[in-house]
Amino acid sequence: MDWFRKTREGLTAKAKKETPDGLWVKCESCGEIIFRRELEKQFLVCPKCRFHFAMPGSQYISLLIDEESWEEIDTNIQAKDPLSFRDTQKYSDRILKAIKKTGQKEAITTGTGELDSNPVVLGVMNFRFFGGSVGSVVGEKLARAIDRAIAERRAVIIISSSGGMRMQEGMVSLMQMAKGSVKFSQLAAAKLPYISVLTNPTTGGTTASFSMQGDVILAEPRALIGFAGPRVIKQTIGQDLPEGFQRSEFLLEHGFLDEIVERKDMKAKLAQVLAFFSGNESS
Amino acid sequence: MPQSVSESLQKAGSADARSSLRNGYVLEFEKPIAEVEQKVSEMKQIARSGGLDSFSDDIRRMERKATKLKEEIYRKLTRWQKVQMARHPQRPYTLDYIPRICSGWTELHGDRCFADDKAIVGGLASIDDVPLMIIGHQKGRGTKDNLYRNFGMPNPEGYRKALRLMMLAAKFNRPVVTFIDTPGAYPGLGAEERGQAEAIAHNLFEMARLPVPIVTIVIGEGGSGGALAISVADRIFMLEHAIYSVISPEGCASILYRDAAEAERAAEALKLTAPDLVNLKIVDGIIEEPLGGAHRDVDAMAALIKEKILSTLKELQQLSPEELVRARQEKYANIGFWLE
Ligand SMILES: [Zn+2]
Repeated sequence: MDWFRKTREGLTAKAKKETPDGLWVKCESCGEIIFRRELEKQFLVCPKCRFHFAMPGSQYISLLIDEESWEEIDTNIQAKDPLSFRDTQKYSDRILKAIKKTGQKEAITTGTGELDSNPVVLGVMNFRFFGGSVGSVVGEKLARAIDRAIAERRAVIIISSSGGMRMQEGMVSLMQMAKGSVKFSQLAAAKLPYISVLTNPTTGGTTASFSMQGDVILAEPRALIGFAGPRVIKQTIGQDLPEGFQRSEFLLEHGFLDEIVERKDMKAKLAQVLAFFSGNESS
Repeated sequence: MPQSVSESLQKAGSADARSSLRNGYVLEFEKPIAEVEQKVSEMKQIARSGGLDSFSDDIRRMERKATKLKEEIYRKLTRWQKVQMARHPQRPYTLDYIPRICSGWTELHGDRCFADDKAIVGGLASIDDVPLMIIGHQKGRGTKDNLYRNFGMPNPEGYRKALRLMMLAAKFNRPVVTFIDTPGAYPGLGAEERGQAEAIAHNLFEMARLPVPIVTIVIGEGGSGGALAISVADRIFMLEHAIYSVISPEGCASILYRDAAEAERAAEALKLTAPDLVNLKIVDGIIEEPLGGAHRDVDAMAALIKEKILSTLKELQQLSPEELVRARQEKYANIGFWLE
């Protein structure tokens, strides 16, 4: 729920690495100076410490989807302001700014394509857009993506990165958790697989709904994954959090992930998992 | 307003002793009422000791004044005042309502995995011979009790217990009634270790397809995902002064205005009251509270809740399990506002 602070942090961090002045990028985890082209060749993963830099949605799509099979859906749906919400700025103005800044209309991009020849519906969340927060548009795009998957017998893959529900839409956004759950239960009733992939960071109501509802749940290494944000927990317990708390490895250890997968292996791993489920098309 | 509702509200209004603020916790905006009530009680005392009959007209006048003042104040509460009412330390909690609403209450404990969470209670009960499963958040009264109840903030085992009870209800075709009253799911180390997010997500998923009626009453504070985890329902009703919000006003203020003291502004912006949520078509109806709030007359409040539960179940039980689930799913699938 505390997307704002995270967005700001994320943005300052990202602004540095997405518009590198020179050919060199500094790893924000280990401090290694990396040749830009080398970093890109490695799918934005630090060659020294394997830190996974945030990956723009479009790049994640090309990482996973077979060439020329991608078709984006619901490109024209855009946020409305159901509460006439304003804090220091109007929500409607913030939306326009986010669109301008990111070149994207919302915090998720959805579409159909093939992953190693497996028909899928893929949704990739964009943390840069409003901290990846979930409001009506993300909820509706998810819902339609699932309807599409059911109609065309496709598996669903969602790549999450989100700070939770979008508080500017108030309870309407909270209800998107229930809406998504309804749609994923329909997908389950249709006996179609849902693979959830968690990337850094996935917190709040997003984790507490569709991100944790996968038939198989994967995560990138060292992604922050949790319900409450670390800052809130620290405040509650009044002490520092243990090293590695709420990271992918911690979740795997406690039984909440099926596997941690490096980005370079993600497509192959997803293809393997999908292969297990395929052949169920006639059910 | 149905006949019986207005009757019990009138009864509540006339119940002088119960509706008095004396010896109670007085909110800032209640102070003018408390003053008048104090005056009435003083006058009564004088009248009693002196046997002054002529005084009774004055007393009646003051009492009318107090009632009028209450009507003026309580029927026009701001959103922030409603937040305070919803969190009122004397507000009735789930376990205050259960014995007043149902019979044969058998509390069921534990999630069968880790522990029994005291912040969520649940069990078997009957309302007028209708057997059902009741599940609700439970806050504590006073420091010791509040620590025991973890201030009504559940851990994952609380949500897993709730889910266990819902599945049990489904197995035996019993409706589920949930009471919502939590600041939110507990943000602690252990909660994260044991999968707070997974526990909530799992409940949402199963509630989305549970083949028995689910009726939710928001009795106090609806704190975000921690409330939603037991309130994906066919019908949701809110008590008049209850709130339901995606984030606490304080949390919202500290993020958006960088100042938790701006909570009042945040409460206004978040549209978290019962009328707000009826307008947004997220909540199905409002259950009016006795004048001055549910805590002024718990019996009257419980009677209204009971009546609402019964009439709603009667309506829902006409649907087949398939129709019920389909209608619930359609309702949620239709929530949202966008441009296209
Ligand atoms: Zn590094």
